[in-house]
Amino acid sequence: MSHMQETEHSSLLDTTTGLDNRKMFMWVFLASECLFFGALISTYLIYRGKSLVGPYPHEVFNIPYTSISAFVLLMSSLTMVLALGALRRGDHRGLRIWLLATALLGCVFLGGQVFEFTVFYREGVSLSTNLFGTSFFVLTGFHGAHVTVGVIILLSFWVMSMRGLVSQQQSLNVELAGLYWHFVDVVWIVIFTVIYLFEAPNIVS
Amino acid sequence: MAMLRGSIESLLRRPTTYSGLQSWLVTVDHKRIGIMYGVTAFVFFLIGGLQALLMRVQLHSSDLSIVSPEVYHQLFTMHALTMIFLAVMPLGAAFFNFVVPLQIGARDVAFPRLNALSYWVFLFGGLLLNGGYITGFTGSPNWGWFAYAPGTEVAFNPGHGMDFYVLGLLVLGVSSLAAAFNFIVTIINMRAPGMTMMRMPVFIWMTLITTILLVLAFPVITVALIELLFDRFFSANFFNPAAGGNPVLWQHLFWVFGHPEVYILILPAMGIVSEILPTFSKKPLFGYPVVVVSGIVIGFMGWAVWSHHMFTVGLGPVANSAFAVSTMLIAIPTGIKIFNWIATMWGGSIDIKSPMLFSLGFIALFIIGGLSGVTHAAPPADAQQQDTYYIVAHLHYVLFGGSIFGVFAGIYYWFPKMTGRMLNEGLGKLNFWLMFIGMNLTFAPMHWVGLDGMPRRVYTYTEEMGWDFWNLVSTIGSLTLAVGILVFLHNFFRSLKKGKVAGNDPWDGRTLEWTIPSPPPEYNFAEIPVVTSRDDYWHRKYVATPDGRMTLRTTGGGDEDAQKGDPSHIHMPGLSYFPIIAAFGLTLAAAGLIARESNNLIGFGMMGIGLISTLMGIYGWAFEPADPED
Repeated sequence: MSHMQETEHSSLLDTTTGLDNRKMFMWVFLASECLFFGALISTYLIYRGKSLVGPYPHEVFNIPYTSISAFVLLMSSLTMVLALGALRRGDHRGLRIWLLATALLGCVFLGGQVFEFTVFYREGVSLSTNLFGTSFFVLTGFHGAHVTVGVIILLSFWVMSMRGLVSQQQSLNVELAGLYWHFVDVVWIVIFTVIYLFEAPNIVS
Repeated sequence: MAMLRGSIESLLRRPTTYSGLQSWLVTVDHKRIGIMYGVTAFVFFLIGGLQALLMRVQLHSSDLSIVSPEVYHQLFTMHALTMIFLAVMPLGAAFFNFVVPLQIGARDVAFPRLNALSYWVFLFGGLLLNGGYITGFTGSPNWGWFAYAPGTEVAFNPGHGMDFYVLGLLVLGVSSLAAAFNFIVTIINMRAPGMTMMRMPVFIWMTLITTILLVLAFPVITVALIELLFDRFFSANFFNPAAGGNPVLWQHLFWVFGHPEVYILILPAMGIVSEILPTFSKKPLFGYPVVVVSGIVIGFMGWAVWSHHMFTVGLGPVANSAFAVSTMLIAIPTGIKIFNWIATMWGGSIDIKSPMLFSLGFIALFIIGGLSGVTHAAPPADAQQQDTYYIVAHLHYVLFGGSIFGVFAGIYYWFPKMTGRMLNEGLGKLNFWLMFIGMNLTFAPMHWVGLDGMPRRVYTYTEEMGWDFWNLVSTIGSLTLAVGILVFLHNFFRSLKKGKVAGNDPWDGRTLEWTIPSPPPEYNFAEIPVVTSRDDYWHRKYVATPDGRMTLRTTGGGDEDAQKGDPSHIHMPGLSYFPIIAAFGLTLAAAGLIARESNNLIGFGMMGIGLISTLMGIYGWAFEPADPED
């Protein structure tokens, strides 16, 4: 019984490079994701400081708060690594614990984002208020959507593992989910820097 | 999860049949998917052609109002969208699908079910993009394929036309991206033993470059479309000038995608021609490494020229100069390819069969289009030519004379492999000459009226402008073209039934697809071939004499060599319903977003059913063992 697999040919033909097809697929997919977030981040940067009416970013940002949620998300990369390590050792209980921990950290981050969006909305920033609202919500919203998809994948693996459907030999499946998860975390580092930290001097002064 | 799996399985028993219509709905065979891509794209090609003919009828004389300006706007927009996204790109994909696994010696692509998904998303996305017709005659996209902001905002462009544009292209983007991921992995990872990168046929190289461009270009247009979607559906401000939105941002995002896109359209045709010219000149391709490297350089530099579409925007002299230089530079690798093709033919024993004729037509017309392209690489000249028929002439010489002639060359070349029968040569030549003459009659006069100032995208002109004669010539040319296409259709259907039986290797080919029967068995190669050189099959058939000519081997080689091995032990990937279910759900959800604007209940219903269907497709897919005997 095998899962989440598309290696129709593993039994017919070894791959030319020796790298599994699915893993190569994931890297190519992540390359396209780089361009996707690259274009969204460019839009945000081009519109930075171009809003005609407030509220402006430095009026609503709470950098210590967002730093904590960024820290939570980055820690989830660590737990993801621990999950994969546990599976490779054949430690299925460890796999489930760390998968759940990763998903929970992801959920905490998402909860933080929902709370932040709500606060901003209350302070008068909506999707149609100004260029800041438009580009901020769409960029961070799409990142949040990516985290949500990641959480769903992690929970799917957790349920599968509970039913004994994740095998040590098929650890590549979890590894691929991990690649995606780490990518989403790394993108957040860029977004956090570009959106929040660039505004920090305005907030201090 | 087992419960979910059980319920999905009881709902949809795994398909095992391989006959009738159902077998096409569930197939994951790259050859069948390739044929479906080809047929669907050709139907869209005919639709796009009819739209063009309507425009030519409207323009055949001055001051006509056979179609209204509103309809005319939709016609030129839908003509471009149909030809680019629904005809030329998927016709390229048809060849990728059919030819790539055969030429690299593989039994299928890396991800057969993903391949089926690409096709179904393309089909449904194409229908969605055309969905405007069903909402009445003001319902189609009407702002050009480039859809410049802010004319696409709801305030300036009410009605559903641009909604179909946004969602149709977003859905089609999923199809292109999925196909691109699949072919990159297939080409890098599924080659037969001995098929090193520098032994790959040039068509494979051009496919690889095209798909890499797709992977990097489509996310950018996706972002542009998402931004437009948020503007139109959720009152965001990305391109709203009243809120400070910058229309030039759209132009940059669009052309960062749009210029690599034109290489996505032409590189597959260059690959096809690079296969045909050596075969029919009985010589290996001249300067193989140089052709490959110039393809890579074109792919790379294609990212550094996008602003030549924006010379008249006012980006300033520095930007304009930089993009003018990079645009002129990109003519160098393109020119190198042309010289290599000509040198391939030089001294060869040239056999003028239909595929070769179309390839020669490709070279001739592409040179003309390339040269007129160089003329608007200079910003001052471009300022005169911008938005005139001169640009229309240029782009049709490269896209029709280039891409479409390349595609026809490919159809004539690989039809025998796809169907087991030859297309008729006499009709093929008639087809070529009608298309070649028709094409030149249609588009050459556009150079003159364009330089004389005739603006594009305007539904009529007045008699005093003196453009009547050349426009009439253009219209006559377009009708000639249409007759050429009809001859092709006749040839196609006639040859399917009555065509000469092709055999394995009707053209004395060089590449692996000609070593196996026509049409190939489901598993392609009974035994995976071992490749020892570039143009491997030729070297199995011929030896080089000391003066560099090829003579037939006296022993071995040829058909005796082909198809050894016992196919009975091969098992192929199982059939699957899930790609079509996921594709349908995705498109239904997108259509629901538009329907919601007139009826909340229907709209949200469609979105709900669509999302559930997509999720069912994805989960069913993930839990369906790839190999039915697992």
